[in-house]
Amino acid sequence: MSIYRNLTIKQKQIVWAWTFLAVPVVFYSVIRFYPTGTAILISFQDWNLLGARTWTGFDNYIKLWNDPVFWKVFRNTFAYLLIGTPVSLVLSFVIAYHLDKVRFMHGFMRMLYFLPFMTSAVAMAWVWRWFYQAVPIGLFNNVLASFGIAQIEFLNSTTNALPAVLAPAVWAGLGFQVIIFMAGIRAIPTSYYEAARIDGVGWWVVLTQITLPLLRPTIVFIVVFSSIGFLRIFDHVFNMTTNNPGGPLNATKPLVLMIYDTAFNSFNMGYAAAQTVVLFTILMCVSLIQLRLLRSS
Amino acid sequence: MAKKSISANRNMGQILRWLVLFGGGVLMVMPIAYMISTSLKWPHEVYNVNLIPVEPTLDNYMFVLEDGRFYMWFINSGIIAVLTTISNLLFDSLVGYTLCKFKFPGRTIVFIAILSTLMIPTEMLVIPWYLMSQSFGWLDSYWGIMFPGLMTGFGTFLMKQFFETVPDDFIEAARIDGLNELQIWWTVALPLVKPALAALAIFVFLGNWTAFLWPLIVTNSTEMYTIPVGLSGFGDEADVAWELIMTGAAISTIPTLIVFLIFQRFIIRGVVMAGLKG
Repeated sequence: MSIYRNLTIKQKQIVWAWTFLAVPVVFYSVIRFYPTGTAILISFQDWNLLGARTWTGFDNYIKLWNDPVFWKVFRNTFAYLLIGTPVSLVLSFVIAYHLDKVRFMHGFMRMLYFLPFMTSAVAMAWVWRWFYQAVPIGLFNNVLASFGIAQIEFLNSTTNALPAVLAPAVWAGLGFQVIIFMAGIRAIPTSYYEAARIDGVGWWVVLTQITLPLLRPTIVFIVVFSSIGFLRIFDHVFNMTTNNPGGPLNATKPLVLMIYDTAFNSFNMGYAAAQTVVLFTILMCVSLIQLRLLRSS
Repeated sequence: MAKKSISANRNMGQILRWLVLFGGGVLMVMPIAYMISTSLKWPHEVYNVNLIPVEPTLDNYMFVLEDGRFYMWFINSGIIAVLTTISNLLFDSLVGYTLCKFKFPGRTIVFIAILSTLMIPTEMLVIPWYLMSQSFGWLDSYWGIMFPGLMTGFGTFLMKQFFETVPDDFIEAARIDGLNELQIWWTVALPLVKPALAALAIFVFLGNWTAFLWPLIVTNSTEMYTIPVGLSGFGDEADVAWELIMTGAAISTIPTLIVFLIFQRFIIRGVVMAGLKG
């Protein structure tokens, strides 16, 4: 204690700071950084969890490159991303743009759109899975039948399954994006709009020359946020296809589901670790693109 | 006269906009509405597309709760979500505060290191975490489910941003009054960032309540399942009927919906803050 007392104010600050940081620094080292290294290490090994770990160099990566399932999964993952992100971006902007102009029961309307964001992916995957069943079970096909329209195979079809799994994922995230867009729209100074009105400019010009350019940071944020979400899609897919994980002929299987299967059903740890490194690399690229886009704005 | 018809047109436009948006909103809540409605239906009525049950019943809830498992999973999820939330509030705010208000060697490195954890996806860490849990005997325990999420880079970053709005003068004044650094953080700084703490609490709680991948991996006995893991397996049982699955889904969702309806304004503001700051 007497040593502490003899320290200068500056030195005391250093002691306090490192006291406060001691536990977190250990936590981040042991629970975040060390495992990152372990994952990369295991990706160069062959290991079935019970036997010996043997070094195999780039074998896992070569195997991945030559694995047709991986390429199918890779295409699926990017299909989720390339359909999901633009669809949810456009929908959420259109909703936010109009919702912002609504005065009557504004809070209630906003609540309707936001509510799905508060649900759990697992619960809602089961609800949607029920909707997609054939007659007499599924809601969608029951409705179609009541209009005399032919039945649609949703989850058991190689072409329909992926969009059918994607729809609830888009639905669940929409509310969040709407709220972020509305906050972005609110943040635009009204003086811009007043100036435009005095100049007698039409709504389309206002939208494309004022609103959208000024929303750039918001749009970048939402694009990156939802891209990362779709690249990591798992809960929805897993729960909508538990009887046949990944859908018919892997039609819906995303990368994270492949990782889960390889590691915890086949116990092929090295191969699974290599897949996680690939996912990490993709996500890293998305984040770096984000940094670049935000910096240049 | 011309003016009048323009404003009449505008009113028509407003009404049309409202109606279309309202229709969209109704569609958005439809899945939730059907989940709840089906959980209140008798088995023979389940495949009826009517949203309102003819004779609502709580029988499904009785059945699912008497089964005992949902009750257990609910408690597990609750305990885990509450404990991780408390841990995140304490540590994220302490670290965010330290990084914001203290000058010390190594500050930038610690900040960049914590920020860089945002780039490491959970999916990459689950295999090492599993091996770690296995060798330390953490598999199938509360601690095993919780340990990866006790602190988050996102929370630390969010808190640091908010502590920047707290004037240094307040902290100086408290130092002159003879408070030690721990007391200053707890009694002076924390009360000033309550909205940020509330936003963080909502995110962490919701995130842990609905977390699926890691709890699925780390648990293997029914008693330790969290509610999403339990529900996932429950739905898969061959003899389970859809009205019971919907009841299970409702049990896992209704608490968060109630919390949302009570704290709506707060939660939406929190989402905006976190979205724009994070």
